[in-house]
Amino acid sequence: MRKRSWGFVAVGLLVALLLAGVVSNYASSHPDGLDSSLLKGCTVDSEGEITGGSCPAQQEKEHEVGGPLADYGVAGIDNGFLSTGLSGALGVLLTFAVGGGVFWLLRRRGPAGPDDSGDTARGDRQRAGAAG
Amino acid sequence: MHISNGIINGPVAGIFAALALAALTVCVLRGRRDLDDRLAPMAGLVAAFIFAVQMLNFPIFTAGVSGHLLGGALAALLVGPWVGALCVAVVLVVQALVFGDGGVAMLGLNVTNMALLGTAVAYLLIAGLLRVLPRTPAGLGVTAFVSALLSVVVAAQGFVLQYWLGGTTDLGGNITGLAATMAGAHLLIGIGEGLITATTVVTVAKVRPDLVYALRALKPATPAPVPAVGGVR
Repeated sequence: MRKRSWGFVAVGLLVALLLAGVVSNYASSHPDGLDSSLLKGCTVDSEGEITGGSCPAQQEKEHEVGGPLADYGVAGIDNGFLSTGLSGALGVLLTFAVGGGVFWLLRRRGPAGPDDSGDTARGDRQRAGAAG
Repeated sequence: MHISNGIINGPVAGIFAALALAALTVCVLRGRRDLDDRLAPMAGLVAAFIFAVQMLNFPIFTAGVSGHLLGGALAALLVGPWVGALCVAVVLVVQALVFGDGGVAMLGLNVTNMALLGTAVAYLLIAGLLRVLPRTPAGLGVTAFVSALLSVVVAAQGFVLQYWLGGTTDLGGNITGLAATMAGAHLLIGIGEGLITATTVVTVAKVRPDLVYALRALKPATPAPVPAVGGVR
């Protein structure tokens, strides 16, 4: 049971790596809904740079950190496909490490018995928790 | 839907940072009840998966505008509302600190909209819908689609509220214009969010229904008739 859960997590991670490492290169590069809403009133060129007008997006300031993976690319890698894909794959692994690590440390560490007693007990406990 | 630095003023960003920190603390305390040896790795996977899918901006058939998954509904369905909000928050922290996506000073605002508001709205809808809809792939899919779509629309209005409180450009009192633009774009983005969320959750439910938190925790309003000896009572 435990083993199969880890198998599921491994397959899921592979899917995530594929999405962030390869498919991400086919993502739309247009500004998202929020950014485009803030561009209302301005004109932009094909690179997305503001060329005129006045809009809330002009107040945007530099990011505090930047770093080697800023804007989903790896600094120093000129090949765009590789740069985006590698940054995405690194991001997936980093997010899994940070998230998985934090959740593993936070998890309930009670006696192993009741936890493995099956889905009925689990469901009952969660229902009781939701009601309480 | 990440807010960049300079868009909302410092005091309002600070207030939302405090608010987000308090809410995430509650999520940790409540989420620990759900987090066991099985849910913890699953929650790590959900965070990593949301990070990956957030990179996949899709066009929304409005000239030059794209959108991406926020993930609140997906997280709430798979690991529950408390741990789910923490999953999205982990993604936002990694994005802000490592990928320059969303200002670090804006983290409280972004966590409030996407991790807290998105997940909370989604789970309220999931809890309501899953109790009345049939426990079929279609019922789960509709639940996922509707909750994901509406959670995105509400999260977008969370930003409008924040902009009304502390936007750095005076819109001349015309906040309704921003509200309408955000609502329109995020209704379309929400359709994408709904399709991705429904596809993912229905797939997981087919392979491992025991790993879908919402199916474990939420029971139907009327208990399904039990085919027992003596017939249905």
